[in-house]
Amino acid sequence: MADQPSRNRLEDKLDAAWVWDRVAKYAIFLGGISAIVFVLAIFLFIAREGLGFALFDLDVGYFFSSPNWRPTAEPEPQFGALALIAGTASVTGLAMLVAVPFALGSAIYIGEFATGKTRETLKVLVELLAATPSVVWGFIGLTILNPLIIEVFDVPVGLTVLNAGVILGLMAAPIMATIAEDALKAVPDTYREAAEAMGATRWQVIRQVVLPSAKNGLVAAVLLGVGRGFGETMAVLMASGHSVNLPTSPFDSVRALTATIASELGETAQGSDHYRVLFTLGILLFLVTFVINLLADVLVRRGDKKQA
Amino acid sequence: MSEVDVRGFRAESLDHRNQRNQRLFQLMFGLMTVVLIVPVVIIISLLVVRGGPALSWEFFTAYPAANMTAGGIFPALVGTLWLVAVALAVSLPLGVAAAIYLSEYAPDNLLTRLINLAIINLAGVPSIVHALFGLGAFVLFFEFGTSILAASLTLAIMTLPVVIVSTRETLQAVPQSFRVACWSLGATRWQTIRKVVLPNSLSGILTGIILEVSRTVGETAPIMFTGAVFFLPFLPQGVMDQTMAMSLHLYNVATQVTGVPESLPYGVALSLIGMVILLNSVSIAFRIHLRRIKKW
Repeated sequence: MADQPSRNRLEDKLDAAWVWDRVAKYAIFLGGISAIVFVLAIFLFIAREGLGFALFDLDVGYFFSSPNWRPTAEPEPQFGALALIAGTASVTGLAMLVAVPFALGSAIYIGEFATGKTRETLKVLVELLAATPSVVWGFIGLTILNPLIIEVFDVPVGLTVLNAGVILGLMAAPIMATIAEDALKAVPDTYREAAEAMGATRWQVIRQVVLPSAKNGLVAAVLLGVGRGFGETMAVLMASGHSVNLPTSPFDSVRALTATIASELGETAQGSDHYRVLFTLGILLFLVTFVINLLADVLVRRGDKKQA
Repeated sequence: MSEVDVRGFRAESLDHRNQRNQRLFQLMFGLMTVVLIVPVVIIISLLVVRGGPALSWEFFTAYPAANMTAGGIFPALVGTLWLVAVALAVSLPLGVAAAIYLSEYAPDNLLTRLINLAIINLAGVPSIVHALFGLGAFVLFFEFGTSILAASLTLAIMTLPVVIVSTRETLQAVPQSFRVACWSLGATRWQTIRKVVLPNSLSGILTGIILEVSRTVGETAPIMFTGAVFFLPFLPQGVMDQTMAMSLHLYNVATQVTGVPESLPYGVALSLIGMVILLNSVSIAFRIHLRRIKKW
């Protein structure tokens, strides 16, 4: 009987532990689903301000077909987003032309050729590249690339599709390179060893074994780069010249969807048509990046399944 | 390779060609990597050369003067610290909890897949859309107004994936045998996490936090309409105040103000990228150190 109380205390303690276990489990579950909650909240809150306008007040046909973006014109403001869409598309397209070959090339070099210290150093440099804030990139476009373009191509304005495309390419390349290198790393070493055992050179291994098995991951890397370029705001705002324009050459100034929101939102009255159309642009941006990310995820998943 | 055996006399030339291709492509990809990195080295040296002269003790401790064309960046620096601190206070517990869930609890089911998809999307949504969300949700709906709180919450949600992904990786790197040993002593799942899993991954989590801070420091678009302002002649006193910030300050002195001496925006850009590179270097150095002392 003497040790009865102490056993009770032990039981109490155990009970407390299991109670805490349960509490922690629910708290952590809440944290776990927070990402889902936030993505839904983002959509709900931008839809709350912009969806009603998109559905009832906006001439959707005009929105997608007219380059006339005059949101403050009196008496009849014009909400044609074609020039903005063309601006975003031209800058992102050029950026991908610049970035994709170099990103994939350096991913292959870092992942497959480089070894030891070289490899570690290059990885660190690429990581630092990816960490540079977009406003700094915009500043570089504005102050370094701008005069360079004016001088080299003998054009009057250097804040153009070319400028923003190059800047965006430099921004997106390290991110794509990192994801692409992960995709290469996911190819099992046994594949490489098997090919090498048959006498293949390193390049033959890469071209005929590694690249085909990593194909999905590499496409996903490019897709995520596209999404990144599509959604980039500050750098494009500062380097593209920011004039509403259907571009016909890389030396035209353009305005991007993201940059339009960034530059105009501060001047609009809450609840006005102008304010709501900017949220409509936000919905468009959200949906496009959502689809791109979804596609990338499906591709990676399919790639994983094949390897398993 | 069978054709090599059959036509033996061509084997040598084929081998030579393969070797040549091999060297050629290695060189090509190596050059591509160099081309990717070199412009950035040039750009950073330019920033140092042109912005370096602007940096002084006074630059970091003085208020902007003469309509932002002179003086220092003190309130922007302090404002950025505020934004980072409040954002971290929100995203750290949430992010670590999410990572613990994904690493320690989550079964392989649809919900987990959805969470992972949501994390990718949270990272992929354009920063300006986060800004719209912050404005619609925190500034207007929850009536925080344009304040540090609204801006930091926006930043916290935006950078949450950084914390989740890096923490999850660290937790998953803790060997399963550690957990099994702890469970077999009768510990609950939570006791195991708190006493075994978390202490063994603390430094990895810290690495992720530093990375998140570096992301937060540089973000501009999400704070433009939620709490950061062009100029304030005083420091914020609490989370409901507006504030200046380094990133927005760079945008303003580079594009919104006329008559700025050339070295000033370069000085701001250099300070900003200096902060980011410093934070990242610390994080990288930490990671390398961790890998070296790792016991398992």
